[in-house]
Amino acid sequence: MIRIFSILAGLFFIVGLLWSTAVDTLAFATDGLPTSPEKEFHIEHPKALSLKSDGPFGKFDKEQLQRGFGVYREVCAQCHSLKQVAYRDLAALGYSENAIKAIAAKTTINAKDPLSGEMKDRPGLPADHFPPVVYGGKGVPPDLSLITKAREGGAPYVYSLLTGYAAQPAKLANNPETKTPDGLHYNPYFANLNIAMVPPLAADGLVTYSDGTVATKDQMAKDVSAFLVWTAEPKLEARHQTGFMWVGLMLFVTVLSFLAYRNVWSGTKH
Amino acid sequence: MSFPWAKQYTPSHPAMVWLDERLPLPRLIYGAVGAGYEVPRNLNYFWNFGFMAGLCLVIQIVTGIVLAMHFAPNSAIAFDSTEHIMRDVNWGWLMRYGHSNGAALFFAVIYLHIFRGFYYGSYKAPREMIWLLGVVIFLLMMATAFMGYVLPWGQMSYWAAQVITGFFTAFPLIGDGLKEWLLGGFAPDNATLNRFFSLHFLLPFVILGVVILHIWSLHIPGSSNPTGVEVKSKADTVPFHPYYTAKDGWTVGLFMVIYGLFVFYMPNSMGHPDNYIPANPMQTPAHIVPEWYFWPFYAILRSFTQPLLFIPGKLMGVLAMFAAILVWFIMPWLDRSPVRSAKFRPLYRKFFWALVVDVLVLGYCGVSPPEQPYILLAQLATIYYFAHFFIIVPLVSSIERPEPLPFSITEAVLGHDGQAALAAKG
Amino acid sequence: MAHDAGIDTPTADSGAGLGALDSGGVRRRDFINIAAVSAAGVSGLVVLYPLISQMAPSADVLAESSTEIDLAAIQPGQAIKALFRKQPLFVRNLMPEEIKKATDVDNNASEFSKLRDPQTLADRTKPGKQNWLITMGVCTHLGCVPLGAGPGEEMSRGAFGGYFCPCHGSAYDTAARIRKGPAPRNLEVPPYEFTSDTVVKIG
Repeated sequence: MIRIFSILAGLFFIVGLLWSTAVDTLAFATDGLPTSPEKEFHIEHPKALSLKSDGPFGKFDKEQLQRGFGVYREVCAQCHSLKQVAYRDLAALGYSENAIKAIAAKTTINAKDPLSGEMKDRPGLPADHFPPVVYGGKGVPPDLSLITKAREGGAPYVYSLLTGYAAQPAKLANNPETKTPDGLHYNPYFANLNIAMVPPLAADGLVTYSDGTVATKDQMAKDVSAFLVWTAEPKLEARHQTGFMWVGLMLFVTVLSFLAYRNVWSGTKH
Repeated sequence: MSFPWAKQYTPSHPAMVWLDERLPLPRLIYGAVGAGYEVPRNLNYFWNFGFMAGLCLVIQIVTGIVLAMHFAPNSAIAFDSTEHIMRDVNWGWLMRYGHSNGAALFFAVIYLHIFRGFYYGSYKAPREMIWLLGVVIFLLMMATAFMGYVLPWGQMSYWAAQVITGFFTAFPLIGDGLKEWLLGGFAPDNATLNRFFSLHFLLPFVILGVVILHIWSLHIPGSSNPTGVEVKSKADTVPFHPYYTAKDGWTVGLFMVIYGLFVFYMPNSMGHPDNYIPANPMQTPAHIVPEWYFWPFYAILRSFTQPLLFIPGKLMGVLAMFAAILVWFIMPWLDRSPVRSAKFRPLYRKFFWALVVDVLVLGYCGVSPPEQPYILLAQLATIYYFAHFFIIVPLVSSIERPEPLPFSITEAVLGHDGQAALAAKG
Repeated sequence: MAHDAGIDTPTADSGAGLGALDSGGVRRRDFINIAAVSAAGVSGLVVLYPLISQMAPSADVLAESSTEIDLAAIQPGQAIKALFRKQPLFVRNLMPEEIKKATDVDNNASEFSKLRDPQTLADRTKPGKQNWLITMGVCTHLGCVPLGAGPGEEMSRGAFGGYFCPCHGSAYDTAARIRKGPAPRNLEVPPYEFTSDTVVKIG
């Protein structure tokens, strides 16, 4: 009885599916595979970017992070916030306590005064997070704290996007429907090809590096991508190191317990 | 019940005797997972996933309780409090990555455990109750995992809550009201987050309770085995401890290595990047997909694009998705073959492997965008899925001629002569 | 009992497979089994460490464990309340006569011996900065905030001119020492140092 019922129920779903399949496949046969400018011109695989933090033994390159922080402060911070990061976190980049205090003090923080309970402006302290950024232009600049984890492709994607601005291919530019609208900028690494962000690293030397590195566009893009790996995953080094010890310990335990297992079962066929 | 030759707990230390008379907990453990539980000697490694799943549940509960100490279930600060855990809490990153990757591996282990059951006919009499409780555990796990995924309140969290509760709007008349009731509002918001947090905390303990029932019902007939032949004599079994504690033990070590590789070296490989973007009710991500362990069911849901008679496609999809799991409940009665193990069922074995491939294809379609050619592929795979459970399983068990079974587990292990030698000795 | 090392099942039987082995083999196998169980036990202890450590104060809490206060604006006789580790802190610029009131007690042996918690003003301030009385604003009785440091509380400093706790009537003198009432100890002096003449770093 239950089996007859089940076969009937199965046939019901299968008939429904066959109907859906027939309709969809007919449309597929007439329309062919879906096409769009994005499918044709979007570059899914970002450019290669090799950072010292890559791989299972990766560690941050503090000098590069400091350079990247410089790029963020001089260029990105005009529009993009970094609110998950606190000034005190900058100690991980090799800044001294006093240097961090000075960096924090340059910003104005609107915070509740603990005694009066009113919101007041005061200079930033190391314990404060980076403040929100007021932006009045076109588009919505995302917060950058987690950007390398929040985008498919991670840091290489950020690097590719920053260096990927290009002239629109003639095929798109000549068609009024696909031509990049005014105020947007063509970038094949961006998923829908036209991005509101003005090319941020448009010229060499926007930042002066204190360690003497030449601030080419490419160098700045690499450095800020490295910095944004750190902002998204500040515990990366601890994670890699703990992992090495844990996996090592577990391999040791596994081998020992495998031998113990063999002992227990020796002489018992199974 | 246990086999007559199973060892009895006999405490020797006076303190243990004292305890045994008042609270026989050591006796219970001894009989459940100790030397007092007799288990077929021929279990293969597919029988290790039950123990491993129990371990996963413990890992999830421990890391989850830790996370709940630091997490703030409020839609205004949930995302930031998750980042607070990742950045400021001592070892918080380990707890969070351990919990999120632990959930994924829990599902991996459970799927292997379930498909072990399909292959070896573990659901058949007298083990139907174990199987039914197992399907209940799986459903509870799906609900728990979904609600846990909503908690960090990222983009995928938010839209998962929106889409999954949207299933219920497919039901005529009551649908819209049901969704509002589930969400506590017209769209996911603080009320949703709070109740999901509460339930996400509660359900694992419900799962733990059902797991205890699952193990209890297992101990009535005892474990099944790869031949599917029931235990006949003492020679067929070995005590759980030390034999299977040792066997489970070393594979737990191996599991910990794999778990460690995910947590420490690719912690975000199974997650979606969009969940690192705070929830934004004004903008849907370009491509909504659930976590990988829901992909096959998601593909089934999306395969129904057209209405059938008076039933809208959306309702068909939702019904099909639920039916795809609920049909597991009646597996013991659909499959009437007297032979348990697919090892001796040539026809069923072929269909089993077809199902494995089919589910993998469904998973691939579930993560692909809803456009051709994936739609066609998903539809064909869904047709096979329904044909398999609803039609092929009942029919095959009637027409198939099984291969000859071994007389006993011992014969299967030692061969006929070994069995005779053992019988002569004993 | 080869396989029971570390497992609390006293009567658990040893593995059936060991009977035929010579004693040297048994010893080696015992060693491996004990080592495996011990290594698993050690791993369990290792896991406990992060589970316990996670409950300790997190980095954002520790970041607020020290506070800097600018003293320039505090006039003699005036006191301010500040926040230190989420608790009130009293910073008071003592007037010369208040210092004298406190040191008079220090210099009079019979009076000093009557103190419940004997400490001199010099013990409770920094050398050369005796006018800066920096204490927690938490009554040592049951944790209320005493009066005398907030704005407009100058008239509520109690019988000894220091601070006065309105909850149960504990009165503190101008060195914030307990003189009357139920509190057992003087107001606590937190660790601090002067980073310049007018800036003090608490904690």
